[in-house]
Amino acid sequence: MTAPLDAVEPAVQAAGSAEEPQARRGTLRYALSKAGGALFSIAMVIVGTFFVFRLLPGDPVRNLAQGRNMTPAQLDLERHRLGLDKPLIDQFFDFVGDTLRLDLGTSYEYKRPVLDLIGERLGPTLLLTGTGLVIAVSLGLWQGTHAGWRHGSRFDRFSTGASLVLWSVPTFWLGLLLMMVLGVGIGPIPGLFPFRGIESIDAPDGFAYVLDVASHMVLPCLTLVAVVYAQYLLVMRSSLLEEVSQDYVTVARAKGLRDDDVRKRHAVPNALLPTVTLVFMRIGFVVGGAVTVETIFTWPGLGQLFYEAVSVPDFTLMQGTFLLITVAVIVMNTLADVVYHMIDPRVRSA
Amino acid sequence: MTSVATARRRLALSRFWADFRRQRAGVVGLVILLVAVLLALVAPLFIDESVTSVVTGTGPKWAPPSLEYPFGTDESGRSILLMVWWGSRTSLLIGFLAALLSIVIGMVVGITAGHFRGWIGASLMRVTDWFLVLPSLVTAMVLAAILGGSTFTIIMAIGVTTWPTTARLIRAQTLAVEARPYIERSKALGAGHWHITTRHVLPNVAPLLLASTTLEVASAIVTESTLAFLGVSSNKTSWGTMLRGSYDWGAPTQGAWWYILIPGLAILAVVMAFMLAGRALEAVLNPQLRRAS
Repeated sequence: MTAPLDAVEPAVQAAGSAEEPQARRGTLRYALSKAGGALFSIAMVIVGTFFVFRLLPGDPVRNLAQGRNMTPAQLDLERHRLGLDKPLIDQFFDFVGDTLRLDLGTSYEYKRPVLDLIGERLGPTLLLTGTGLVIAVSLGLWQGTHAGWRHGSRFDRFSTGASLVLWSVPTFWLGLLLMMVLGVGIGPIPGLFPFRGIESIDAPDGFAYVLDVASHMVLPCLTLVAVVYAQYLLVMRSSLLEEVSQDYVTVARAKGLRDDDVRKRHAVPNALLPTVTLVFMRIGFVVGGAVTVETIFTWPGLGQLFYEAVSVPDFTLMQGTFLLITVAVIVMNTLADVVYHMIDPRVRSA
Repeated sequence: MTSVATARRRLALSRFWADFRRQRAGVVGLVILLVAVLLALVAPLFIDESVTSVVTGTGPKWAPPSLEYPFGTDESGRSILLMVWWGSRTSLLIGFLAALLSIVIGMVVGITAGHFRGWIGASLMRVTDWFLVLPSLVTAMVLAAILGGSTFTIIMAIGVTTWPTTARLIRAQTLAVEARPYIERSKALGAGHWHITTRHVLPNVAPLLLASTTLEVASAIVTESTLAFLGVSSNKTSWGTMLRGSYDWGAPTQGAWWYILIPGLAILAVVMAFMLAGRALEAVLNPQLRRAS
C-alpha cells in the first residue's frame, strides 16, 4: 500500500496483456512436464508391481493353484503356459508388453480375462463413488464455507467437532452401524434400506429399476460421504479462514457490500481453488473408502473385486485391479495439478 | 557449552509442558491414552490369551450385556469385554510400531532430502511424491496379502505406505532450519553433514516429529483395523479382527449391537485421544516455530 492504487494498476494490466501468450505456453509446458512425470510414475508402478508380485514366497504356480492337487507334469505345463520357465528378464519384458497391450491375464477364480471382469465392475463403482463424491464435495464445501465464515460460532464448533469424529471413525465400522440401524433395523425401528448388492433379486424394469438401484445405493453412499466429506469441510474451512483476513475482503466490506456478497463473490472463489484441487489430490483416500464400503455392502464394483482377489487370493486378478486403480489415481492427481495451474494465476506466475 | 544447551533445552521443555497443560482437550486425550496403554500393559496380569479362544468360551452365545458379561458375548460365548481388553495389545502394538517405522523413514528421507539439495534431494523427493500418490490402503492390502499375514508384515505394510507426508513435512522444516545463520556459522567452523543434521537440524524438527507421530499412530490404528476387517490381519485378536468376526457372523442381522459397538468405540476412543493430543501438540508448537523462524 505504498504506491497509489491508480498508478500501479495500468502498469499491471500492461504487463498482464503482454505476458498472456507466454503464460499460455507456460501452462502447456507445465502440463507436458506433468504428463511426463505421470508416465514415469506409471512406468514405476508397472515395474514395482512386477517385482512385488515375484516376491511371493514359494512357487508361483502352486500359489496360483491354491493347493489343488496337481501332478508334476501338470505343474510343468502350467509353468510353461504362464511363461514362468523363462529367465526373469524375459518374464519382465513379457509382463510389460502384456500390460501395455492391456492384457492383464486370466483370473484363476473366475477363469476369465481380468480386463473383462474389470469392465463389468467399472460401472457400479463409478456410479457409487461419483454420486458419493458429488454429495461429499458439495456438502463439505457448503458447510466448510459457513463454518469458516462464522469462525468460532456454535455452528463452526459443531461442524469441526463432528468432522473430527468422522475423521477418526473407521469407515467399515460406520458402515456396520448404518447397516444395523438403517438396514436391519433396531428395536421398534424397521429396516429402511436394503444393504446387500446393487439390485433386488426380482428387480423390476424401467423407472422402478432405477429406484431399486437408488435405494440400494443409499447406505453405501451415506457411509462413503460421511467419511470423505469431513476432510473437505476442514480444508474449505481453513482455506476460507486464510482469505477472511486478506486486504481485498476488508476493501469489499469497506465498499459497503452486504456480508453475503463479500462471502460469495470475493472470499469463496479464492478459497475454492486449493480446496477443489485437494478433492482430486485425495482421490486415493476415496478409493480406499470405496474398497471398504463396497466390501461391506457387497456392492459389485471394482473395490469388491479387488477385495475378493485379496481374500482368495487370486494374484492375477489382484495384480490387474491394483494396476488399474493405481494408474487411475495417478492420472487424477496429474489432472488436478494441471487444472490448478490453469485456474490459479498465483501459481502460474511463480 | 553443552551444559548451557542442556539447561536451555530443559527450560524449553518445561515451558512447553506449561503450554500443553493449557490445552484442555489435549490433556484429556493424553489421559485417555495413558490409561489405554497402561491397561494394555497390565492385561497379562489378569487375563491371558485364552479369553480369545473359541474353545474356552464358556458363556452363553450372543448374550446381551449383563452383570456377568458387561459388554455381552459373541457367537462362541466369549466375553466381549475381555476380548477388547486383550485385543488392545495387538491394536496398540501395531499402531505404535507402524507409526514409528513410518516416522523413522519419513524423518531420514526428509532430513536427507532437505540437507543434500542437489540430485540426491531431488530424486528422494521424486520417490516421495511417487509413494504419495499411491492409494495407501490398496497398496497396504497388496503388500500384506503377498507377504502373508503376521504382525511384522502388517507393520511393514502400514509403515511403508504412510511415510511420504512426514518426509515432506520434515524436508520443509529442514530447509527452514538450514537457512538460519547459525548453520552457516557452524559450517564455517568445519561442521560436517552428520554434525549439522544430528546436532542442529534434528533437535529443531523433533517437536514437529512428535506431533506428527501422535497423529500417525491414530491413523495407523485405523488402518490396522481396516486391514484386519478386510481379511488381511496378523491372525491375533485385535479390535479390527473382532469387527471382522461380528460381520462374518452376521451380528448386524442378529441385532447384536454390543458386538459391533464396543470394539468400534474402543478404536474411536483411542484414535480420538491421539488426535486431540496431536492437535494440542501442534497448537503449542506452531507459535513457537513461527517465533523461531
